[in-house]
Amino acid sequence: MNAPLLDLTNSLPLARPELLLAGFALIAVVLGAWFKDRAFLALSVLGVITLLGAGGLAILFQPGAPVEILQGAMVVDGVGVFAKALIALSAAATLALGADHFVRTDEQRFEFPIVVVLAVLGMFVMVSAQDLISLYLGVELQSLSAYVLAAWRRDDSRSSEAGLKYFVLSAISSGLLLFGSSFVYGFTGSIRFDAIAAAIGEGAGGVGLIFGIVLMLCALGFKMSAAPFHMWTPDVYEGAPTPVTAFFAAAPKVAAVALMARVLYEPFAGLEDQWRQVVAALSAISMVWGSIGALLQTNLKRLMAYSSIANMGFVLMGLASGVDQGPVASLIYLALYLPANIGVFALILAMRRNNQPVETVADLAGLAQKRPWMAAMFTMLLFSIAGVPPFAGFIGKLLVFSAAVETGLVWLAIVGGIAAVIAAAYYLRVLASIWFAPSTAQLQPASGTIAVTATVMAALTFPVLVLALGALQNWAEAAVRSSF
Amino acid sequence: MNEMFAGWPLLSIVTFMPTAGALLILLARISQRGDNAGYDNGVKLLTLIVTIATFFMSLFAFAAFQWDAPGFQLQEDIPWAFGASYAMGVDQLAMSLVLLTTFLTPLCILASWSIEKQVSSYMVLFLLLETLMIGVFCAQDIVLFYLFFEGGLIPMFILIGVWGGERRVYAAFKFFLYTLLGSLLMLVAIVAMIVMARAAGIENPSNIPALTAFAAQGGFSPDIQIWLWLAFFASFAVKMPMWPVHTWLPDAHVEAPTAASVVLAAILLKMGGYGFLRFSLPMFPDASHFFTPLVFVLSVIAIVYASLVAFRQLDMKKLIAYSSVAHMGFVTMGIFAGNEQGIQGAIFQMLSHGIISGALFLCVGVVYDRMHTREIAFYGGLVHRMPVYAAILLLFTMGNVGLPGTSGFPGEILTMVGAFQVNAWVAAGAALGVIFSAAYALTLYRKVAFGVIENPKLDGIADLDAREWITFIPLVIATLVMGLAPSYVLDFTSISAEAIANAYAGAAP
Repeated sequence: MNAPLLDLTNSLPLARPELLLAGFALIAVVLGAWFKDRAFLALSVLGVITLLGAGGLAILFQPGAPVEILQGAMVVDGVGVFAKALIALSAAATLALGADHFVRTDEQRFEFPIVVVLAVLGMFVMVSAQDLISLYLGVELQSLSAYVLAAWRRDDSRSSEAGLKYFVLSAISSGLLLFGSSFVYGFTGSIRFDAIAAAIGEGAGGVGLIFGIVLMLCALGFKMSAAPFHMWTPDVYEGAPTPVTAFFAAAPKVAAVALMARVLYEPFAGLEDQWRQVVAALSAISMVWGSIGALLQTNLKRLMAYSSIANMGFVLMGLASGVDQGPVASLIYLALYLPANIGVFALILAMRRNNQPVETVADLAGLAQKRPWMAAMFTMLLFSIAGVPPFAGFIGKLLVFSAAVETGLVWLAIVGGIAAVIAAAYYLRVLASIWFAPSTAQLQPASGTIAVTATVMAALTFPVLVLALGALQNWAEAAVRSSF
Repeated sequence: MNEMFAGWPLLSIVTFMPTAGALLILLARISQRGDNAGYDNGVKLLTLIVTIATFFMSLFAFAAFQWDAPGFQLQEDIPWAFGASYAMGVDQLAMSLVLLTTFLTPLCILASWSIEKQVSSYMVLFLLLETLMIGVFCAQDIVLFYLFFEGGLIPMFILIGVWGGERRVYAAFKFFLYTLLGSLLMLVAIVAMIVMARAAGIENPSNIPALTAFAAQGGFSPDIQIWLWLAFFASFAVKMPMWPVHTWLPDAHVEAPTAASVVLAAILLKMGGYGFLRFSLPMFPDASHFFTPLVFVLSVIAIVYASLVAFRQLDMKKLIAYSSVAHMGFVTMGIFAGNEQGIQGAIFQMLSHGIISGALFLCVGVVYDRMHTREIAFYGGLVHRMPVYAAILLLFTMGNVGLPGTSGFPGEILTMVGAFQVNAWVAAGAALGVIFSAAYALTLYRKVAFGVIENPKLDGIADLDAREWITFIPLVIATLVMGLAPSYVLDFTSISAEAIANAYAGAAP
């Protein structure tokens, strides 16, 4: 056999998760074209199973040491598998929520599960990218799917606006990514991450390379909605249908963070002193602006958008720290943050008032009197996102603070502490509406899927993940140690 | 008794017994559709039984505790992650505060009998709050301590906001955000300490005894101590509360429901003093020494200023809240005197203030339940209609003033003796506060209890009923016993106080 063919036969078994996702998308399109929207429910269920299966395959066939596949375009390693598992789980949860929601609102369109799975395929490519081309391919596949999802309600002007806005701004950031990549390629002479790292080790670079890195970081900051590249987030979160917002708030964040970690710690590891300032600045601005910006929001989804900006700031705090603690802290932060976030969106989806979706903070008034269980879960999840102990989110904050202090970024930890207090104010505002305000209208009961999802996520937030932290630590540390 | 419980995780049982009770209520809630009065009374009774059982369990822990042995006892240690562990253990200081907590909580539940809104949620939150409060004193790992310390804000926030008075939402927000800001600065300091200890090769860098030993060997240089001390101070001074960061307290107290006021004054405030004694003094002796003048000045201002402000209050709860600020001034003064008398006095004052201020808030609750106002001018001449109530109020007012024979006296005198040895002017300033406290407390008593009844609404007011009798009797006994025979308590706490004072004297320049 010739070399490329041999490489392909060796690669395919390790690309099982990606092949499963791509296979599902191709078959589902045909089925959908045949059965039309009647296939929605069946395809959604299959989509959830496929996503869980892809995550399971990634974990099951994890090689002991990193293995490069497809002629070095991608890599299968610990961090990639950790991120894939998180992406698959959160995408499966949000797809289930979304399907349930669309069935109830009678907006069953068979393309939904397919586009979600394609977006996840893009994320899988992102987190295992090993050169600049596969990096860009992954980002674009994910983004293009996301534009379609944001504009899902074609006849709703807000949704169309969200999709268009997302598309235009995201296209600019993709341009930045390509522009930055061209600088990196030009000044190091390679598109492969290991070759770039080697060239930097031999002293390649200079101002041009730094320029390229900064452009790439800006583009990735855009994808993970870090301030000051966050402007699209509140509008898209508000305009997109709530199930889509739930999806945006979870899986793409993991992909963007894992990709950022890989870019920082693989090709550009040798330039740590240069990029640390940039990442720390992104982190500080995101934490502060995400916290202040949310104070005046009345729309729940806009509020959650700002909350995600602030939380990405905390994740970046971990990434800005050294390789020993930083990526581990960021990965665990995400693993602890996602369940709470998905749970909150499940609860937002669950609540319908007079057959209208709940939109504003005031719509939640009196929840504690009408449905004490939902109020209790809302309380747990929001306090977890706010980082108040004893909930899981607190541990994430503790870990990124610890990583920052260990690297000498004490100022960043203090900024984070103050931002967390400001952020607490708006989470408390939501809770005050839930607990303290008199109830006004009747809330309709939630469906089974949504109630189960919210309960599972609340249970993960406390006490499951808190008790299982040791296992999570071992997994994340092993992943980072074997990868970077 | 020691053999009977050998090998039992007594502290965990005491800590999580209330949580088990809360889960029981939640399970009952699932099987129950819709509220009714009988169900609510059942929930109240169940909560009372659970809290009383917790009190007895803490007495068993006390029995298994060796009185005269120094250091932490009843230790438990289960490794967790990142070097932190679920480590529990108490010394005499912590044990006495645990007992105070478990002793007061059943009385709070009794005082909450008049709650009618969302009873299940109220009781669940109260039980969770008890777990978190006990946990603060039992935690032997600094991360675990923070978990409990900060977690206590959540139930308190909801308790104030749902069952409080008119401006409850404002008060709840102020309470939460004020305390959180202080605490997060402390969190950064905790992280920094753990990182430094780990870098120095300490195996369990978040373990409190290990950190204390590390600090005693000069692990934290004096320059770093200054910053760490300030971060911890930000948290504990707010919690205490010290002047000028006390302003959340009067709001929170006035708006909180009676039982939450009791817990706030009697136990949550003590966490500040406990923190100073557990962390600031043993771990940052140089910085503590450096900042002693600052603390002294703030303490004397708190004592004098808060007493004068209390004098002008029109609301009973607000008056007691300001008197709490003044009494906590004695505690900080005693702690930072750094000698055995001062620390002994501070611990005694914390315990005594827990009982007396708790009892005073309960006294306000008694008339508030009947008349739904706390305005001092509304009352007058209560002694004619409620003689028993007037007698009990008199006892606790005298205790608040620090009359010899009540538990208020030994703490005040000891803290002043301690401070006098360090700085006579500070002790003199504090003594001025004692006079002022007599002025405002006696004026309150005169206006409420004495005189003739001018307000016709008071004609039908009834004296204490059986439930209120049961609530007050333990408090009366505790106040008198601690006042007449303070040595029972002092002998017990002296082992911790001596250890802290000796270590501090050995380390301070």
